Amino acid sequence: MNWLSDATLDHLRLVADQPDVSSTRYELIREIARGGMGVVYEAEDRELQRRVALKVLATEVAGPEAVERLRNEARTIARLEHPGIVPVHDAGILPDGRAWYAMKLVRGETLRAEGRSRTELLRLFLRICEPVAFAHAHGVVHRDLKPENVMIGSFGEVLVMDWGVAASVQGRGEEGLVVGTPGFMAPEQERGDSAPDTRADVFALGAMLRLLLHNERPPKPLRAIIGKAMSASPADRYRDAQDLAGDVARYADGLPVTAYRENLLERSGRWISRNRALVAMVLTYLVMRVLVFLFGRT
Amino acid sequence: MNKVLLGVLLGAALGAVDGLTAWLTPAVRPYMIGIVIGSTFKGIIAGVAAGWFARKVQSVPAGIAFGFVVGLLLAYGVAAMPSETGEHYYFEIMLPGSIVGAILGWATQRYGRPANMPRVAATTVALPPV
Repeated sequence: MNWLSDATLDHLRLVADQPDVSSTRYELIREIARGGMGVVYEAEDRELQRRVALKVLATEVAGPEAVERLRNEARTIARLEHPGIVPVHDAGILPDGRAWYAMKLVRGETLRAEGRSRTELLRLFLRICEPVAFAHAHGVVHRDLKPENVMIGSFGEVLVMDWGVAASVQGRGEEGLVVGTPGFMAPEQERGDSAPDTRADVFALGAMLRLLLHNERPPKPLRAIIGKAMSASPADRYRDAQDLAGDVARYADGLPVTAYRENLLERSGRWISRNRALVAMVLTYLVMRVLVFLFGRT
Repeated sequence: MNKVLLGVLLGAALGAVDGLTAWLTPAVRPYMIGIVIGSTFKGIIAGVAAGWFARKVQSVPAGIAFGFVVGLLLAYGVAAMPSETGEHYYFEIMLPGSIVGAILGWATQRYGRPANMPRVAATTVALPPV
């Protein structure tokens, strides 16, 4: 009897796992990523002759509940029309019962802090907050925000990806189900209190901001913002991503932030730094007046 | 408040203060009232010019430079006229005048309502939950 080699077995496993998309207008090119729920492929849209990303339910989890979950994911993303959220083009069910959806293929890199100044990082962070705030305004919570789920496109566009565990704030959530990624997961998520809440995303955004600024010691107001966003109690956090972004934007604009009560010295320092040109002109004026007084004609 | 009106009010205030500093030059103290009125008027003209410029060009450095030049030219016009003692105070008038102009340029760029901007924020759109 001839035994199959490991390489042959691997190949057979791969082929068996690959979805049969011949009933759709897409042609699989290669596997891009694999998650707990689905596999993302690069595919060719034969009709429109463009490359797309095709997310197909993984064989291991295939079942009516998982199918419904993936379809809900597609519907949720499709309703969130925002430049910072990858658009869904198409969705359906394969002959083997697996759900799939096609979305824009994003080429770029995942979020990283290296080589960026604090100003750039804050600007980038505010752009990450935009789609999340948009989702919050539509009653949707992402629940798994982390740098790996933020893509910076080749033209500098910022996209928040993987809305696979996103949920409506009006939903009840699944009791005991732990959703999220350690390090970015709010304490209530770790405990399995899964009722969707925008403040869980605020915690994750705070953790991302802390990670983005890990190479430096952020100034006190910025540390206070991170501290407030990552408060153990959701009640002590910002209400939603918009609220958090507002405070970060105020810091970036040299304005006082709600998370930090500054003393008189700090307030003066911030005012001077924000109005350097005016301070320089007034000082020049005063110095010149003193010079005229001392050395001018009497 | 629009930028031109801001320029007028701030120009008048800074011009008056600038005029009052002439008190530091004892030789001109007897003519303080005339100096303060003239300086206030000069500040108003510089403020109108800076405010008008700020409505056309949105750039703080350009505003400062424009205010500086306008302030310098106006101050030159004043300094070129001999004082009642027959002396010219170019240095004492032109340098502060140009800095007052620069401050007006900065202020009208930073503050005041730009041209064609509505006074009230636009509409509110209610977003349905998903």
